[in-house]
Amino acid sequence: MLEETAGAPRGPAEGRPTEEGAKPSPSKEDYKGIWVYLEHAGGVPAPVSWELIGEARRLAKDLGAEVSAVLLGHGVHPLADEAFAYGADRVFLIESPVLRDYRTRPYARAVVGLVEKHRPEVFLLGATAQGRDLASTVATTLATGLTADCTSLDIDPETRDLRQTRPAFGGNIMATILCKNRRPQMATVRPHIMPMPERREGRRGEIVPESFGMTEDEVAAKVLRYVRKRTEGIPLEQADIVVSGGRGVGGAEGFAVIRRLADALGAAVGASRAAVANGWIGQDHQVGQTGQTVRPKLYIACGISGSIQHLAGMQSSDLIVAINKDPRAPIFEAADYGIVGDLHQVVPALAEAFERLIKEEESGAAGRAAADDGGVGEENQ
Amino acid sequence: MNERFEVIVVGAGPAGSAAALVCARAGLKVLVLERGEYPGAKNVMGGVLYRHSLEQLIPGAAREAPLERPVIEQNLWILGHESAVKIGHRSADHSAEPYNAFTVLRAKFDQWFAGQAVKAGALLVTESLVDDLLWEDGKVVGVRVGRPDGDVRADVTIVAAGVNSLNSLIPRFADGRLGIRPDQVALAAKEIIALPKEKIEDRFNLPPDLGATIELVGEAVGGLTGTAFIYTNRETISLGTGAILSDLIKAGQTPNELLETLKAHPVIRPLIAGGETKEYAAHLIPEGGFDAVPRLYGDGFMVCGDAAMLVNSIHREGSNLAMESGRLAGEIAVEAHRRRDFSAYVLGMYRRRLEDSFVLQDLRHYRRVPRFLERNPALFTVYPDLVNRAATEFMTVDGVPKEEKLRRIWKLVTERRSVVGILRDLNQARRALL
Amino acid sequence: MVCLKQVPDTTEVKIDPSTGTLVRAGVPSIVNPYDGHALEEALRLRDRFGGRVTVISMGPPQAAQALKKAVSYGADEAILLTDRAFAGSDTLATSYILTQAIRKVAEGEPVDLVLAGKMAIDGDTGQVGPGIATRLGYEQLTYVCGIESIDLEKREITVWRALGDGRELVRTRLPALLTVTDEINDIRYGSLPDQLRAARYEPITWTKDDLDLDLASCGLKGSPTTVARSFTPQARVKRQTDLIPDGMERPREAAEALAAKLFGRPTVKKAALEGRKLAAEASGGES
Repeated sequence: MLEETAGAPRGPAEGRPTEEGAKPSPSKEDYKGIWVYLEHAGGVPAPVSWELIGEARRLAKDLGAEVSAVLLGHGVHPLADEAFAYGADRVFLIESPVLRDYRTRPYARAVVGLVEKHRPEVFLLGATAQGRDLASTVATTLATGLTADCTSLDIDPETRDLRQTRPAFGGNIMATILCKNRRPQMATVRPHIMPMPERREGRRGEIVPESFGMTEDEVAAKVLRYVRKRTEGIPLEQADIVVSGGRGVGGAEGFAVIRRLADALGAAVGASRAAVANGWIGQDHQVGQTGQTVRPKLYIACGISGSIQHLAGMQSSDLIVAINKDPRAPIFEAADYGIVGDLHQVVPALAEAFERLIKEEESGAAGRAAADDGGVGEENQ
Repeated sequence: MNERFEVIVVGAGPAGSAAALVCARAGLKVLVLERGEYPGAKNVMGGVLYRHSLEQLIPGAAREAPLERPVIEQNLWILGHESAVKIGHRSADHSAEPYNAFTVLRAKFDQWFAGQAVKAGALLVTESLVDDLLWEDGKVVGVRVGRPDGDVRADVTIVAAGVNSLNSLIPRFADGRLGIRPDQVALAAKEIIALPKEKIEDRFNLPPDLGATIELVGEAVGGLTGTAFIYTNRETISLGTGAILSDLIKAGQTPNELLETLKAHPVIRPLIAGGETKEYAAHLIPEGGFDAVPRLYGDGFMVCGDAAMLVNSIHREGSNLAMESGRLAGEIAVEAHRRRDFSAYVLGMYRRRLEDSFVLQDLRHYRRVPRFLERNPALFTVYPDLVNRAATEFMTVDGVPKEEKLRRIWKLVTERRSVVGILRDLNQARRALL
Repeated sequence: MVCLKQVPDTTEVKIDPSTGTLVRAGVPSIVNPYDGHALEEALRLRDRFGGRVTVISMGPPQAAQALKKAVSYGADEAILLTDRAFAGSDTLATSYILTQAIRKVAEGEPVDLVLAGKMAIDGDTGQVGPGIATRLGYEQLTYVCGIESIDLEKREITVWRALGDGRELVRTRLPALLTVTDEINDIRYGSLPDQLRAARYEPITWTKDDLDLDLASCGLKGSPTTVARSFTPQARVKRQTDLIPDGMERPREAAEALAAKLFGRPTVKKAALEGRKLAAEASGGES
């Protein structure tokens, strides 16, 4: 049952140990280029892939390298064009029915094959379930370094090493990691950490098709079913406005005022770790180091003190509003607008105010639309 | 559970570990059940430990055990409103080895002490709360632990589970009802405040690594029946206060409120200035004295330590009574096994041993104190205030002739408490204390 | 087998503000919570299908405490891998050492299933589990939130995996390595006999001499990644806050003022209106 591989880093082929007299292994300098894994679920791309292409472009400037995307699947050719639009120079494409659904073995085999053939210097993947599963397998097979959940990346100008910074100890400390001697330097990055790059329609690049020899019989894992999660309200991931409740909310019932404000603004409901830990709201709503990272246009933090761990999850929001009883709460330092007050009074009042403003806006728009001869209602200035 | 033991000890505090140590040394198969994550996790004490009782069990323990500071100075402060009358004692005898008393932090000490019992062969199981004693025909045959398959049997069960045992395990001597009487316990709250070692030695005027204790009455406890304390540890100060539970309930006060008031007192505040509170704890302390002592033994069981209300609060002694009673219970358990007789007849020897030792003798001696304190709230309201005012007047040099001063003081005293009243108080005190 | 790690309780960890380093003294050590769930799942499988549960951990000598805890929950055996040569290992070196130990156990009896928590709460990487699976050549299933079934005859296991926006049902062949989330089960309260057994139990200890190891793949030498520096996280940019006055005294007025300011910004107005439209469409009714 167990394979008799030595503990040393694996050789080129799966299962076979490095043979004596084999070709000398490539040196660091032979590795060039920044790769980004293009994650998708049945052809639907994960936005983190684009974020990483944007980041890769930024790093590529410092390295004088090219950016390539790795795309595996079945019938996913159109995604290559998207990759180019977001800034990739090249897309390595492997099409095979065996790769239609993500499964560790075939995907890892395909990726390892690509890496060994084309030798990237840096390989970035999204820190999603799929990305982390794949990255760990690939990094172990290649006996190279992998840093998880990076919050920032940059190139050391002298050594050309990738400096990978990430949180540890539950977010209490930050560490900068280096992979000095092995290549590729692999890192996973969470969604929404890096900004979404500009999409330029019509940008072109090179598609490099590669073959893949694994058959379905060789793959033991079979995906039987997929059940989509039903989130109440708008998922945090996609919302442009997030209204979050923290310890100050005081209980599960307290979240009703948060929800009301969220409904008024068409927003998603978020929560701090304290609120989730107390069982006032589900884990899906948690924003922060150990929850989700969000970058909405507007983030309203109610009864949240603003610990580093929470800020890590939302501090890149365009606009931040803080409502808290304690004038010294750290959240105010990160906020564009703030009210020192009791959220149980302020938040319902806020909801009412927005509801009124929106009603005016909507009826005004309707009125204008009626007044114009069916022209476009220019309600958005 | 199938496995049997010769002795089960409930609780791994000073009483329990002492009993377990004695039994294990004698070769008995001992199981110690502790509800906390580790011994000491759930224990709170001022606290001061006395070498005498510790070294009865482990000679030379004072050198090995994790103790904080040897106590070379003991104080009594009578707090008035923004003033204090201080009485202290320091002696050459107490300032050198062998030291008589030490301040301790229970979490550290209890783990070490229980560890000694384990080294001697006792089996210690933590995170296991004993919900009940197992009774059969009026005999205790073991205990029930709140875990699956949690019944375990033994020939002798030694209950050393602290003051909370009274609410769950022990039938009261008089009427068979369980329960803690609020007038027989004090509820105390304590903070451990971090201060640099040198600051502590500086503020308390101590040579390096030595310590002091302060007991406080009066404004410290807001006029309720109780005391407060300040003890120096290596790098922290233990500061606490408490009052009889029924007093607290009547006054509608919490120990935490008392604690805050104490910390803000102008005489106390400079002592702890700049310190950071590291821990906060609250606990019940037996105060009922001899009359509150419950049934100490029966067929198959003995009770020691706080569980048996063995605390001499006038003298701030509890840990030594706990260790001593645990030791004696252990000795009797060994004797019972030798005779293969675990009846109340044999285990009753435990009580006799307690009577012969300082444990019950001291409690008997101070038997009337709880009543006396209850009937004389003036002790805690009037006298501290009087003493302070008198002292302030006396110590103020302002050109007023001394005779006039004394007259003023006398007037103050007689206004607040008549001469008759004072004499009565003195008489009652004499009867209670001497 | 269950891979378990003793970790500091990161909810209690503090940073020394003057040096920027972790204050480890006095921080309680606990069993990594996710590994606790992995152990519980292993015990449940043993209750159902028979077999033995062996827990393994790589760490300093005091990790023996965590292993004794595992025994107190019901594990049959516990093995501690401890050696100075292992110190400084990153996830690649750690998965190597653990793999060699699992191989050694497998010499004695077949290891059909290896379970581990999805990640450790100190390292937060989640990389060691998959690393072991890859080296052993076991089928790998990460983020398992429920075991649906095991067919011992066909040697197949079917599990639910928790993905970002849903769950997938996957079937694969044994032997397999699973990493589990905390949704998978509730950890049991150990029985009293197991507490006693744990109190008397000393884990088997293996050092580098007990394992077939290439030392160049262990410790710092075997770790491609190194920590260049560590520091306390700083909140990023301090923003200029427009503080609306009288929030406590006149909450209503403050709220109105804030709403007016926010709604006056075109991006906010647009986002709110579009968000409401989407929400209305999602619920399939009128707004």
